[in-house]
Amino acid sequence: MFAKGTKRKFSDPGEEPALGAELGPVVRPLSSTYSLQRQSLLDMSLIKLQLCHMLVEPNLCRSVLIANTVRQIQEEMTQDGTWQIMTQALAAAQCPADRLVATEVLCRPSEALAAAQKEEEEEEVVVAAAMEEDVDSEANPLSSSSFLPAPFGAEPGWEDEEDDSEDEDSEECPSDAEDVPDSRRGDQVFGTFEIKHPAPPPDPALEELFSDVDPSYYDLDTVLTGMQSTPKMGPYDLLDSLSPHAAPALSTGTSCRSDLNELDHIMEIIS
Amino acid sequence: MAGPGADMQWCFSQVKGAIDDDVAEADIISTVEFNHTGELLATGDKGGRVVIFQQEIENKNLPQFRSEYNVYSTFQSHEPEFDYLKSLEIEEKINKIRWLPQKNAAQFLLSTNDKTIKLWKISERDKRPEGYNLKEEDGRYKDPNSITALRVPVLIPMDLMVEASPRRVFSNAHTYHINSISVNSDNETYLSADDLRINLWNLEITDRSFNIVDIKPTNMEELTEVITAAEFHPLHCNTLVYSSSKGTIRLCDMRESALCDKHSKLFEEPEDPSNRSFFSEIISSISDVKFSHNGRYMMTRDYLSVKVWDLNMENRPVETYQVHEYLRSKLCSLYENDCIFDKFECCWNGNDSVVMTGSYNNFFRMFERSQRRDVTLEASRENSKPLQVLKPRKVCAGGKRKKDEISVDSLDFNKKILHTAWHPQENIIAVATTNNLYIFQDKVN
Repeated sequence: MFAKGTKRKFSDPGEEPALGAELGPVVRPLSSTYSLQRQSLLDMSLIKLQLCHMLVEPNLCRSVLIANTVRQIQEEMTQDGTWQIMTQALAAAQCPADRLVATEVLCRPSEALAAAQKEEEEEEVVVAAAMEEDVDSEANPLSSSSFLPAPFGAEPGWEDEEDDSEDEDSEECPSDAEDVPDSRRGDQVFGTFEIKHPAPPPDPALEELFSDVDPSYYDLDTVLTGMQSTPKMGPYDLLDSLSPHAAPALSTGTSCRSDLNELDHIMEIIS
Repeated sequence: MAGPGADMQWCFSQVKGAIDDDVAEADIISTVEFNHTGELLATGDKGGRVVIFQQEIENKNLPQFRSEYNVYSTFQSHEPEFDYLKSLEIEEKINKIRWLPQKNAAQFLLSTNDKTIKLWKISERDKRPEGYNLKEEDGRYKDPNSITALRVPVLIPMDLMVEASPRRVFSNAHTYHINSISVNSDNETYLSADDLRINLWNLEITDRSFNIVDIKPTNMEELTEVITAAEFHPLHCNTLVYSSSKGTIRLCDMRESALCDKHSKLFEEPEDPSNRSFFSEIISSISDVKFSHNGRYMMTRDYLSVKVWDLNMENRPVETYQVHEYLRSKLCSLYENDCIFDKFECCWNGNDSVVMTGSYNNFFRMFERSQRRDVTLEASRENSKPLQVLKPRKVCAGGKRKKDEISVDSLDFNKKILHTAWHPQENIIAVATTNNLYIFQDKVN
């Protein structure tokens, strides 16, 4: 029925209120179904913000609407307290320090390797697959690319991997996760996206739940501003992180981006 | 023009475009517009081309064959460009075409892509001069000394040639993507609107435009609302409206100040709290706004409905028509496949008694305002026999599906009718599917 062949049905009339259905202002069931659906919607929205057309400037209206939707979800999750829990769990679940560590992982003792591998499962996933594959979200909504706020503020110039993990079992070599630069720091469109460090010891259940998560995607501000000023950075970042052999064009990327920001500004003035 | 009564029937008249199921991207129709008399019908496509059809005034003796539209002119309006500073392509897709009222023998229209507006002159040539005696057969000029008399050339008829030439190019005024153009009733100026700004142009002047609306925040990170459509009032040259992605319409009076950031009127319907969901804002985003011909009303299209507003009443529309309410329970899926961002247009008939808009599965809907009657029709090759009467269609939202009904799950969301147009004087409509243009007319008995 739908263009992308989705089998996901969020709104069976017989079930509890779905995301698209009417939700009274007060009655907001925090059932796990609702939470999972909401989480899935959040993930989907974040992918959409990243997946902009590579050659043509992305549609600003669409981006703004999606970003507003994410903000709504995030606000609701903050009210629920769910947001705090999630960000803390995620912060703990992954190496809070710089991603460069990932390349050393192979040299490290095994538990570090295991920890790093858990979070580096998203490489090589074709971006298009995120949209077109039939993700069985009801079974495991978080597998469809749950992304977390980057621990930014920590490592300027580090860009996190951006792929969503369709296949939780994909054992990608952690060294494939080359970090492509993206100055996702500081700029806070949605300020509450920032993770606070240090994090409490991870709950193993939650950790497993979020194990395949990539923290970069919740960095909405950079996504949005990136798209407006340097739209091409976003998808190329994605491409770079997709390729296992992509060289980390760290500094060039960052400076390109700020240059393009400036250029954009200048163009506006002179046009 | 007779108003369409309940027993008004629509017949297939013509279909233009390739029959292939395999649609070439460049052939996707992106805009449809009748001129002010209805004699000309222009379409723009994703490949940057404009095709103009002309109504043949023939067959007056056979009233059931109301005049057909045939190709009048085809030209390449816009070419793809590359923005080197941003490393981005600028699409050649024609976003909008607007005709200028005819002043002389030639026709003029404005066509725009994301960044540049062009004024095109379409003129006819059906005579050519012949009988010069100044040149040889091969075109070389004769030796002046050999010419003893001057022969005045005579205009002789030739096959009709329609020429389109770009008369003005209005560029470099929009940082964001142009979504609307609208010619002012003064016939001297027009507006162009992008996501964040609206500019006012003089048709004669291409190197200058005035910015009249600017909603760009100082800090782009605070951006939460964009302009989605804009239009000049059909009669009052100082009045314009623009709609937003948050479902509001602002009416501005250009006499108040140079920069119309402060609206004169704000039209917004309070949200129904029982319908609130994460998708509420997205489906409230207005995709099109059109004044009625008499200038008393305006119509807006959001994802699920068409609303008619009285310009004197800001707090709610006077009429709301549900286009495809059965999609409300499918919003999450439609968000996933991006259909929720589809921008449907809407249009009035000539005497403002009926409004029309498109839907999915190549369905389109008409709402008769006074009788509160509506009908769903389909544009398809199967119903394309000459003068075949269109059968009303019905979508079954749930429960038992009756015969001839189609269930929501069977709808083809790839077949969307985004662009429709109604002849300004007659009951002739142009409906664009992905790459075909259908022309329907009412059944003349």
